[in-house]
Amino acid sequence: MKVEKVKVSLNTVDDIPYAPFARPGLVTVNSGFRTQRPVCDKEKCNGCHLCYLYCPDGCILKDGKSIKFDLDFCKGCGICKKICNKGAISFEDEK
Amino acid sequence: MANKFISGNDAFAYGIALSRPHVISAYPITPQTTVVETLSSFIANGTLNSEFIHVESEHSALSAAIGASSVGARAFTATSSQGLLYMAECLTYASGGRYPIVMMNANRSTALPWNIYGDQRDSISLLDHGWIQAYAEDAQEALDLAIMSFYIAEHKKVSTPFMVNLDGFALTHTYEVVDVPEQEKVDEFLPPFETDNKLDLDEPKNLGFSAGPDTNTEFKYHEQQGMLNAYEVISECEQKFKAIFKREYPGLVEDYYASSADFVIVTLGTIAGTVKDAVDTLRSDGKKVGLLRLRYLRPFPNEEIVKLLKDAKAVAVLEKDISFGNEGTVYTNVNSALKKGNVTCPTSNYIGGLGGRDIEKHQIIEIFERITSMQSEIKFIGLKGE
Repeated sequence: MKVEKVKVSLNTVDDIPYAPFARPGLVTVNSGFRTQRPVCDKEKCNGCHLCYLYCPDGCILKDGKSIKFDLDFCKGCGICKKICNKGAISFEDEK
Repeated sequence: MANKFISGNDAFAYGIALSRPHVISAYPITPQTTVVETLSSFIANGTLNSEFIHVESEHSALSAAIGASSVGARAFTATSSQGLLYMAECLTYASGGRYPIVMMNANRSTALPWNIYGDQRDSISLLDHGWIQAYAEDAQEALDLAIMSFYIAEHKKVSTPFMVNLDGFALTHTYEVVDVPEQEKVDEFLPPFETDNKLDLDEPKNLGFSAGPDTNTEFKYHEQQGMLNAYEVISECEQKFKAIFKREYPGLVEDYYASSADFVIVTLGTIAGTVKDAVDTLRSDGKKVGLLRLRYLRPFPNEEIVKLLKDAKAVAVLEKDISFGNEGTVYTNVNSALKKGNVTCPTSNYIGGLGGRDIEKHQIIEIFERITSMQSEIKFIGLKGE
């Protein structure tokens, strides 16, 4: 499912929802402390989606028979690399 | 309509069953136990189609109810005393999350000394946790509050959890003739629970998140507004209730000769019945006395209290509660209402009924006699040796 991020302003009390729930948009990009980012070798990836199940931040998205990363929220923890049986995920330095 | 001779807990269980909750989660504790026993027997014999979750603690009972409410289910739990205190952490998750769960609390003393009998220190100590708090006087009111509580809590303008309090044993375990409404009437009265504050695959959203200093105040402001909106929703609810069930309720307070009295006792719960009896006796002797019964403590009936007590010569607040180091909390709240309304008559506070001790009619008559001459006092009634 495609989730559109909504641009919201929080300038008045009426901008704040009555309960702590919100469509995507109240959350800001949260990945600034990552020193390395994951990269998937799609030749090696067999689409088992184990990494998708294990990612603690839900930052691995299904992409056809392979995967892609949500780098806005990936913290660079490396669990996906550790869990990948095919050695398809590597990490490269953030520039 | 069917008259049944049942206990307060059973009456409440009928009210809940007629409201068709999707989920009931509870852990047994005296004197709450029989309300969930009765509900689980309804489920076992097939007359109630609810999911009953057996949990290992009260903390889990309310947590499960919060989980149910956050997927859009109507949820009910029940507890008492130490169980309510054990739920305390979750109370603010429910109220801050704006999950309109209904809870029955059987008012009971809090340890130590250990005691299973009724007083109101359990719920009154949690007034600040963001739950609507109502107090029933009798079994019929308990049943009717069970039905009305869902209407009020789930109303979009309110979206606030609702605690209905029944005096332990004095109400939960005494038997009365109660009119149990028909299911069709309750279905006509109570709309289905609809909310946008839920997990929803068609409209994914973030639920129950953090809010730092930049937005936290605004969330709490909304929480206060939701509770304040309950004033008009309670009135709307009681009008609709009267139209369908032909039973009338007087809003946040009950006026039993209070507005035409010089000397008024303010109290809540079952003891109001004994106070009414004392008022009848004194009125037959020509004494201008009255009772103001608080049916709700949150939202607090500030305006109603001022309206009924503005001509009183003295007011006594009788409560089964004390905030150690100060006074009874109901007294604090009533004084605040009177001060805001520029009512300046002397007020006194009588603490009684702790740990289930009876408050007797002659003691209530003594209170009426004391406030005719006293300026103001805070006093434990029925203290041994006095």
